[in-house]
Formats: sequence, structure tokens, C-alpha cells
Amino acid sequence: MSSAIPSISHSAAPVVRVPPPMAMLAELTHRCPLACPYCSNPVGLTPGDEELSTEEWIGVFSQAADLGVLHLHLSGGEPAARRDLVELTRAAVSLGLYTNLITSGVGLTEARINDLAGAGLDHVQLSIQGVSPEGADRIAGYRGGYERKMAVANWVAATGIPLTVNAVCHRQNMGEIDGMIELAIRLGARRIEVATVQFHGWAERNKAALLPTREQVERATRTVAAAREKYQGVLVVDYVPADYYSKYPKACMGGWGRVGLNVTPSGRVLPCHAAETIPSLTFQTVREGTLSEIWYESDAFNAYRGDAWMPEPCRSCERKHIDFGGCRCQAMALAGDARATDPVCIRSPLRERLTRETNQLSATPSATLHYRGR
Amino acid sequence: MNADAPAISGMSVVKLARGVRLHEDPIRGQPVLLAPERAMALDDIAVAIVQALDGKRSLDQIADDFAAKFDAPAAEIAGDVRAFVEELANRRLLEIVA
Repeated sequence: MSSAIPSISHSAAPVVRVPPPMAMLAELTHRCPLACPYCSNPVGLTPGDEELSTEEWIGVFSQAADLGVLHLHLSGGEPAARRDLVELTRAAVSLGLYTNLITSGVGLTEARINDLAGAGLDHVQLSIQGVSPEGADRIAGYRGGYERKMAVANWVAATGIPLTVNAVCHRQNMGEIDGMIELAIRLGARRIEVATVQFHGWAERNKAALLPTREQVERATRTVAAAREKYQGVLVVDYVPADYYSKYPKACMGGWGRVGLNVTPSGRVLPCHAAETIPSLTFQTVREGTLSEIWYESDAFNAYRGDAWMPEPCRSCERKHIDFGGCRCQAMALAGDARATDPVCIRSPLRERLTRETNQLSATPSATLHYRGR
Repeated sequence: MNADAPAISGMSVVKLARGVRLHEDPIRGQPVLLAPERAMALDDIAVAIVQALDGKRSLDQIADDFAAKFDAPAAEIAGDVRAFVEELANRRLLEIVA
């Protein structure tokens, strides 16, 4: 009966055949009261009047369910900025989608959370920016945000909906990881995501202020390992390490066009949230094609599937089906070529230069934060 | 702060936590256990165990019921059920009822 231990299907065997998507991130809006400098939204934010309507979003959810999507992430911007959030949630749940709300908490009231629970919301992922009101609100650029998040966590706990705390870590709060893990437990979370900042969108603009030092990263890795042991069965600790200090790149998105897709507020369908930084690709919207056509047939989704597109050193690398050559958008940003080996890889010809620049940047940090949307 | 995870034993009574559910996936033609950021493909035996976690019977009772139903050694089944349930508990997918 030991064969009863299930495998996680997110890590399916590498095959060229295109599997149906497991997950969809719906960026319902780019509007957000917070202004976090680490935000991964694009620098060119979509205005509110270009957002898909309620009916259009429900149509997209329905197509996603038919296509094989299991997890739907309602995200943003701040999804609570959509007045139809409860209606969208109810529709998604009725389609059988596992519905997750990714929120800053700002814009949610106790009554609204109860309505979301009544609509069948499966899971809430609440961001925190730090463990003290002053520090957290400074990063978020929003006074009172921390206190509101604490209230939201309690309201969510009262409904019984499982809570994940999401903490993006960077130079300015990397010393608080222990505290954030303890805070997550106090708030009744079952899970915390400790994710080191990735340099896309607004975060890229703030690299000089947010890039952690090597010492910070090494300490964070030890802290996470100790917390996993200490809190086993109490809190699941998921960790995204700092890839600038890694030997190999991350398996970005579990491979391009392989596991999930992203729909922007105006309905553009992307393989990942930063994909629009690759100028050679054109992306269709849900008004121009069905999700199925876009997932299986569009040039953009097929651009980096399989391994035929890979140049050396990826092409002959034994890790090419483990990390898929890393992140295409990071290759674009750092190497100027989306097909290039992700420059964080020790086999990239650009790795030495990146290490030099990383050391230099982290030794002379900037104190200036460029707030999102301001 | 509640930092101690309750240990799983044969006397434990558990059920799936809120936000964890069995889903019949028509596209892939297999049952999956859906949970926060997780989708686990389950085989027939895993499905049978998950369905038996009713929040009423203890793990030993469930194993005894399986042993009678499938005419298999109870001790072996009890060990396998517990190993599977411990894995689910470590991932915070269960509510420990007793």
C-alpha cells in the first residue's frame, strides 16, 4: 500500500506534448491602495476603465475550467478593488475551480469576508510587508495597512477559510523572517510563503534598494530550514530563495506554457506576469481568441516550449528538463535575449559579470524607494 | 502560541481540513486532492483512504475496516494508512478531531 503515497502532479514528467494548464492567475485589476516598491506588476499599469467586465471574467473562468485549470488565483493589483469580487468568486466556485484570493487585505471588511466565505472561497493568501506597523507601512506606502491586515487575518480565521501569509523578502525586511513566521502562526495561518523579491516590473526599478546581501540570504536559508523543522505539522513554510546568489536558475513557472497562465486586467493572456517585457512576442486577449487556442496554438505560448529553442549551454545540459534554462524574462532583462541561458546559472557566460554587479550593488545600497504607481 | 503539532497515532480521528477537497478531474480522467497551492493526483487506494477520513472513525478502526473488506493483514494496512495520514498532516491538510 505504500504506492498510495501520491505524487504531486505539478512536477509531471518532461514531455514535449503540451499538457493542459493546472493553474490560472487572474489579475482582476491593477488598481491597488498599496504602493509596494517590490510589486511585480508591469511599470505600465492598466487603467480601471480597460478592465474586463464581470461577464467577461466569468466567461474566462468557464473556459479555464473546460481547459483543465484546477486552481484559480484571483489577484491584482488588489482584487478587493473590484466591486464584483463576491460575484466572481461565486461563479468560479460553481465551475468547480479551487478559488484562491491573493490580497493585501486593504479593501476587505468583516462583512465582505463573510460574503466571500458564503460564496465558497477556498483559500486566502494575505500579504505582509513586515512585523512592525511602522516598518510594514513604510514598505507598503500605506499608513494603517498593517493594522488592517491583522484584522483581516482574524476575520478570515473566524470563517475557517485556510490562510496563507505571503511575505516578499528583500534587503529592507530580510532580518524579520523569524518574526514573520511567528506572526503567521499567531494569525492562525497554515502556511507561509517566504519569497525573495524577483526583479520584474516595479521591483526592477528598485533593485538598488531591495537586492539583499549574500549574508542576509544565507541567514534566511538557515532560518527557514530551522522553522520548517520546528513547526512541522503546524505551519508549512514555502521558500523562494534569492536566485542571484544561487548556482542554478529557478524553474520559472515550472516551464514556459507548461503549468499555468496569467490573464491581465484587460484580458491579455500571458505565460507569466512579466512576459510582456519580451518585445519579440505578441500576446492575444480573450476577446481575440479562446483560452484553448491561445494555450495550445499561439506563437507566444509555443515560443519556449520543449527544448528545440534552446541555444548552448542549455541545449546539451543535463539540467534542461529540471530548470528549463531558467526565467525567460530574466534572460531578456539581463542578457538582452529571451532565449539565452538565465544569467544566474553558473554555466552562463554572463554569470561572472552578474556576480560582480550584484556584489557592487549590495555593497552600496540605495535608500530611495520608488513607490508603485506614484 | 500553538506551536506543537498533535502527533498522529492509531487512535487519531481526522478529516480533511476546510479548503482541502477531492475533485474528479474530467480533463485528466483522475481524482485529485485540491489544497492551497497543491494538487495531488491520487490512485484508487489513496482515494479510498481520503474518503474514509470521516472525522468519526479512528485510523485503527479505518485500517480494520479495510482489512476486513480487502482480506488483507490489518497491521500492515494500519502502518500504510498512518504513513499517508502523517504526510497529509505535515502538509496541514487535515483537521485533527481527536
